[in-house]
Amino acid sequence: MTAPADALVPICPLESLAPERGAAALLPDGTQIAVFLLDDGSVRAVQQHDPYSGANILSRGLVGTHLLAGEGEEPGRIVPTLSSPMYKQSWDLDTGAVLDSGGGEKLPIAVFAAEVRDGVVHVDPAPRPEPAPTPRGGTA
Amino acid sequence: MTATGHSPLAPAAGTSIPPGTRIVVIGGGMTGHRFAARMQAQDPTGDWSLTVIGEETQQPYDRVHLSDWFGHRRAEMLHLATGVWDDPRITLVTGDAAESLDRAAHTVTCASGTVHEYDRLVLATGSWAWAPRAEGKDLPGSFSYRTVEDVESLAAWVAERGERLGRPVSGVVVGGGVLGLEAAAALQGLGAEATVVEFADRLMAVQLDDGGGEMLRLLIEDKGIEVRTGVGATAFRPAEDGAMGTAELTDGSEIPADVVVFSTGIRPRDRIGREAGLAVGERGGIVVGESCQTSDPDIWAIGECASFDGVCAGLIAPGNDMADVVVDRFLGGTRTHQRAEDGTKLKGVGVDAAAFGDVNAMTPDALEVSFVDPVHRQYRKLVMSDDATTLLGGVFVGDISLYSQLRPLTGRALGADPSAVIAPEGGGDALAGAELPDDAVVCSCNNIAAGTIRHAVNEEGCHTVGAIKECTTAGTVCGSCVPTLTKLLNQELAKAGIEVSRALCEHFDHSRAELYKLVEEGGQETFTEVVAAHGTGAGRGCAVCRPTVASILSSLGALTGRRHNPVGRQLGSLQDTNDHVMANIQKDGTYSVIPAMPAGEVTPEKLLVFAQVAKDYGLYVKVNGAQRIGMFGARLEQLPEIWERLVEAGFESGHAYGKSLRMVKSCLGTNWCRYGVGDSTSMAVHLERRYRGLRSPHKIKIGVSGCARECAEAQAKDVGVIATHRGWNLYVGGNGGAQPAHGKLLVEDLDDETLQRCIDRFLILYIREADKLQRTARWVEEYPGGIDELRRVVVEDSLGIGEELEAAMQRHTDTYVDEWAEAVQDPERRAKFVSFINAPDLHDKTLRYVLEREQVRPARPEDDPATTFPTPLAAKEHALAGAAHISQEDQ
Repeated sequence: MTAPADALVPICPLESLAPERGAAALLPDGTQIAVFLLDDGSVRAVQQHDPYSGANILSRGLVGTHLLAGEGEEPGRIVPTLSSPMYKQSWDLDTGAVLDSGGGEKLPIAVFAAEVRDGVVHVDPAPRPEPAPTPRGGTA
Repeated sequence: MTATGHSPLAPAAGTSIPPGTRIVVIGGGMTGHRFAARMQAQDPTGDWSLTVIGEETQQPYDRVHLSDWFGHRRAEMLHLATGVWDDPRITLVTGDAAESLDRAAHTVTCASGTVHEYDRLVLATGSWAWAPRAEGKDLPGSFSYRTVEDVESLAAWVAERGERLGRPVSGVVVGGGVLGLEAAAALQGLGAEATVVEFADRLMAVQLDDGGGEMLRLLIEDKGIEVRTGVGATAFRPAEDGAMGTAELTDGSEIPADVVVFSTGIRPRDRIGREAGLAVGERGGIVVGESCQTSDPDIWAIGECASFDGVCAGLIAPGNDMADVVVDRFLGGTRTHQRAEDGTKLKGVGVDAAAFGDVNAMTPDALEVSFVDPVHRQYRKLVMSDDATTLLGGVFVGDISLYSQLRPLTGRALGADPSAVIAPEGGGDALAGAELPDDAVVCSCNNIAAGTIRHAVNEEGCHTVGAIKECTTAGTVCGSCVPTLTKLLNQELAKAGIEVSRALCEHFDHSRAELYKLVEEGGQETFTEVVAAHGTGAGRGCAVCRPTVASILSSLGALTGRRHNPVGRQLGSLQDTNDHVMANIQKDGTYSVIPAMPAGEVTPEKLLVFAQVAKDYGLYVKVNGAQRIGMFGARLEQLPEIWERLVEAGFESGHAYGKSLRMVKSCLGTNWCRYGVGDSTSMAVHLERRYRGLRSPHKIKIGVSGCARECAEAQAKDVGVIATHRGWNLYVGGNGGAQPAHGKLLVEDLDDETLQRCIDRFLILYIREADKLQRTARWVEEYPGGIDELRRVVVEDSLGIGEELEAAMQRHTDTYVDEWAEAVQDPERRAKFVSFINAPDLHDKTLRYVLEREQVRPARPEDDPATTFPTPLAAKEHALAGAAHISQEDQ
């Protein structure tokens, strides 16, 4: 899943991010992304475009967590989440899958691999493959 | 009582009306409306036509709440559900009186000459206000108190007379019953002095016993209304100009009377039926049996004009029941009318009195158990069967909290020691576990039994009082049964083990109110501390609990003086973008800038700065609903520089982005308005300064009107203040929005200081106790014990927490700082307002604007791209330049 190390591009110093808050950034090709610093010190990057409202605003959404129930005997796990500042839909920040579509269509978001290297946030300019539309769906 | 032909007392078998039946209802009052609405609801597709003939020019209105007219002076606000008149089968005739009835021809002829043919006729003509014979009783200045027209002309007369006489108007109300006391309070509200003259030896003589009447007298006199019992008015003498001047009483005394209101009882309006030969009761009224059919099988009578068992009812509940019976019969049913045991509650006077059942213990060997406390002005009495087990009646004056619980138990086992029930302390506790039988009528106005409420809770999924009201109509007329509805609901939910989860979300098992209390006691100051101490242990919160915790921490911080900047570093990550960047996000991701404008006041100098800023950025300008001016279309990174200029000009944050005070709206008041009674503008400015920035469960809107014309629409606000001749009336729990609600009158005639104290207390209670995102309207509606209990807590300080609440609000006011003034001074905070963290000089190039009415709006997909611009300023400049060609500049 992790992109080749040399593909990642530097975005900003880690210290310029506020914990559990996002910032907008531009990839070299002009794509707008939203970068987040989580409570555990790790970083995430997703598309800045909100598929529901059409505005470029996801960096201004609220970060949180959600307990995903496990299948069968599997224990549940807690995933980081992002909710849209416009109409409050929410996504899994790890996969981009919709967690709460507010009753509407499920519109996932693109996730970009991100990590901190020497105090600088790096993001893969190519998004990860789209997640499956439903948890039990076929291959993406 | 002899009827010709058909016997009215034999229940008619139910026979459905044949297709095409023409139904005519004479009478456009509450009962006529009920009948029409019920026909429509019970038979939505039936083939019939229905004409309601009303003499008054108003649509049918809520006569029970006639006194509310003085609060808003808008007759249409009293109109009963108007949707029924949209049904093409139903015709409403107003302003035309039915004059005569021809039973042979099956026609009704109106004053206008219009003739209505009927197959079935329903008489719902109601009553007329009777006045005793007395010389001069019809002088100008004499009024009844029964119709909208009555109250309109009464108000006009008092205003005009006061102006003419140049002194307070002296008002006399003849009759000390429920309506007479309402009229006296209304006169007082109009600025008149009021004296009540009652021929019996006590007030509310029909409903109350001696002890209750005496306590009520003290309470009424406490309000500054003079009470004269045991005397009647024998004659009225004109003033010099020929209008009403003085009243002579039976004891020989003479009292000033510039205006007289007669409230001496009602008589059934049975003329039209009597003249047509229908059987009439000994004491008047068209005789009906339990099917409500009259002596003519094609004619039915309902409401106050109908004599059932020799008695004409004077309350709405039996009228509603009779309307329902006739509808049922028309549709083939066999329902019968029964007189339920009714109670009476005084309303609209600001004094509590209520009674039901055998108040004078006329039942043989009945026992009376009473509690009398003249110091605290309380009287409670229960009338019990000889073995002290069965409740026969009750009288409550001063404190009627037991009334709605006990009235449904009339004729049933009380299930508790009567003296414990009415004891001064913990009275209700003796009844805590008691359960109403299924057939006990809880809402007597709409005749809804406890069983129906239980069914709604258990089978229909009604888990709030609001849902029960909607589903069963219980509690929607006079509202006095709402405390009982609440209790029934809670009992049923507890029994069914249904726990209506009030948990915030997966991260907190507590409701917002519980969490507020825990944090208040625990003293946590950050989300991490709160979630560690009180969370479920599953993670870092979400879009529901994080803003809620931020709101709690900000409220508590302000109220304790440990103020946190609600949008500063500490709480920043918890806040929705609006709170976080102190602006409201718009559909394209840009923001609005709406400075505070207390009471809508703004100087031309400040307005020039505002205009210049809007011009420099090309922003869209609009006056919003809160008497403020906003500019729209500012990008995130532009907010600090825009606000820096506004702050410098003296503008402050308007908190239009927060769950906090949004505005205090006012009319002009005494400074400019020729009708103003109070200085609403100064009061509004004062209140906005006191409560600005206070974080609350949801937004708060306040309105202040300078007179009863209510131009500030204060009764549609969370807190509404209306000037009177004697101070301010305070309303709470009003709302516009999707579920509009009228504010409820909390207390009248306050001075400035007491007004502020009451609002302080009310707002802090709301902040402490409301659920997340619950507006005051819903909170007040669901307040345990209703508005009466809220009044005890806020106005009478029954919990003894008044001073503590006021001190907390004072700390908020003392420590208030303008968030925007602080932010523009803080380089670290300004640095967060950045377009792209790695390209701060660029901005979102997908934004597009078009011109509309000389201003910008975000472009829509269907707009021609050639007419769009990348920034509001580019669009504006283009418009100003009047350029023929559209330039497509871009970053």
